[in-house]
Amino acid sequence: MTTVDVVAPVGADALRPRSAGLLHDLASIAGRALRAVPRDIESVIPPIFIALFFFLVNVATMQTAIEAQAPGLDYKAFQMATAILLGVTGVSRAYALVLDIQNGYFDRLLLTPVRRLAILLGHMAADVTVACALTVPILVLGFIMGVRFESGVLGVLVFIMIAGLWSLAFAGFGYAIALKTGNPAAVQSSFLLFFPFLFLTTSYVPRSQLSDWLDTVAGFNPVTYLLGGLRSLVMEGWEWDELAKALLAVALVGAVSMSLCFAALRGRIRRG
Amino acid sequence: MCTTTASAAIRTEGLVRQFNGLTAVDKVDLEIEKGEIYGFLGPNGAGKTTTVRMLCTLLAPTEGVATVAGFDVASQPGEVRLHIGVALQEAALDPKQTGTELLRLQGLLYGLPKSVLRKRVADLGELMDLTDAMERPIETYSGGMKRRLDLAAALVHNPDVLFLDEPTTGLDPVSRARVWEEVRRLNRDLGMTIFLTTQYLEEADELANRVGIIDQGRIVAEGTPTDLKRSIGSDVIFVRLDGDAASVCPVIETVPGVQSVEARGNEIVITTENGAAAISPVAVALASCEVPVRDLTLRTPTLDDVFLELTGTHIEREDTAPTEEAAK
Repeated sequence: MTTVDVVAPVGADALRPRSAGLLHDLASIAGRALRAVPRDIESVIPPIFIALFFFLVNVATMQTAIEAQAPGLDYKAFQMATAILLGVTGVSRAYALVLDIQNGYFDRLLLTPVRRLAILLGHMAADVTVACALTVPILVLGFIMGVRFESGVLGVLVFIMIAGLWSLAFAGFGYAIALKTGNPAAVQSSFLLFFPFLFLTTSYVPRSQLSDWLDTVAGFNPVTYLLGGLRSLVMEGWEWDELAKALLAVALVGAVSMSLCFAALRGRIRRG
Repeated sequence: MCTTTASAAIRTEGLVRQFNGLTAVDKVDLEIEKGEIYGFLGPNGAGKTTTVRMLCTLLAPTEGVATVAGFDVASQPGEVRLHIGVALQEAALDPKQTGTELLRLQGLLYGLPKSVLRKRVADLGELMDLTDAMERPIETYSGGMKRRLDLAAALVHNPDVLFLDEPTTGLDPVSRARVWEEVRRLNRDLGMTIFLTTQYLEEADELANRVGIIDQGRIVAEGTPTDLKRSIGSDVIFVRLDGDAASVCPVIETVPGVQSVEARGNEIVITTENGAAAISPVAVALASCEVPVRDLTLRTPTLDDVFLELTGTHIEREDTAPTEEAAK
């Protein structure tokens, strides 16, 4: 090893450690998570491919039949929200968090003065950024197919924001499992929640065309109201009650997932 | 919070950690002075890592108190973290980041200004002989390079107390020598207090000002390596037999100048004040026992002899004491 003066090359005071603050910690952790995204590009490509694929296929196979039974419905606009949710639901770096736990890097972070909350929120901030970015190609495909937003440009931004918030709310389940178990396979299993949330609802047809039992289940599924809010921005304009229901649905799911998540974080820190 | 003496960098009183009722660390008392290199020596599963994890605030003690750099690990963990650097047993690195990214993030989390981080990271890269590798993903590093980067990460903020948990386990002799030299230099040049756990006797012997020997969660001996070795006699005669050693012990114990005789399997360790004088009578006594002798060696005592004297077993044995992992 070379002998280098590391006593205080830039002055002892400059090297005096101090707590950096929650926002600074959050930005540092989020920056690391975002830098990892292009290195883990294989975790981003499948969701976007699935969303684009099903957007095209669903419109091609069902547009005529659905529009015949629901006069005035623009099925392409109707499917846009479904495609977006297919793309952003499950966007999460919970898997990376499990790897951190397994290779000891999570402990290295815990040994620093970083706010414990920032470790989690930093990952989540990166997830929201990625989820919002993933909506762009789907929106572009929709525009190419002729979909227009009744709520205008601002509506597009609100649409992206709500999709990002939903992604965050759903990601909380993955993080909770990651922190609770430290097991990659268990984190993968959180994807099972994806199916009831996204398919026991109005993903493919309006609620009026759901069978009785599915209509009842859809009434309890928060995604039904989320889709309603997103579709209202595309198809109707500014329908405040629909938007409020969508945000409430996201908040409800988020409250459950984040409670589990933060409890799991506390448990892991306590267990050491 | 317990009161600490002004010069104590680490102090524990009755420190206990249990996992599901199994005691991994049992009433450990330590007092380590500022600027000291303290070697914490023990076999696998003795409680070394659990003790370090408690002192580093990663694990809450079940009982007892501990202060590090003057701060209580249970009630002031944030203050403790600002004053310690830690290199855990397994290099705790993110394989996807580059060396520069990892050290830079580490510095940011310690609140170091961005203006000083670039130079600090470059200095540490040079110090650890990693300059050429700093822009490469860590997953491309060798085991020795990962260890050195891990040590660099522990030093980013120039800590007062450095914990090294088995820092050379798995390293080749050259890398091990490099780490030893760096530990000495940090202590000599920066006055850094270093708490070093190891299962390598020569490592504790080479580096530590004082050694604490832990077995099954308890401190069984503490002192300078020289004092500990002297405590069992000036010289050791080591005998390996083709037969049961225990049957020979009564004969050896009668040899003038022999202080103690320990038998384990087919080995006997004899301590004596004057090995040169005692070895011939011992050889004659062995010959009278009609048990073939394979080796007869005179040497100065090692820390393993101390451990054998205190526990009846060698330090390299596979231990069955409860460990954190086992308890989980």
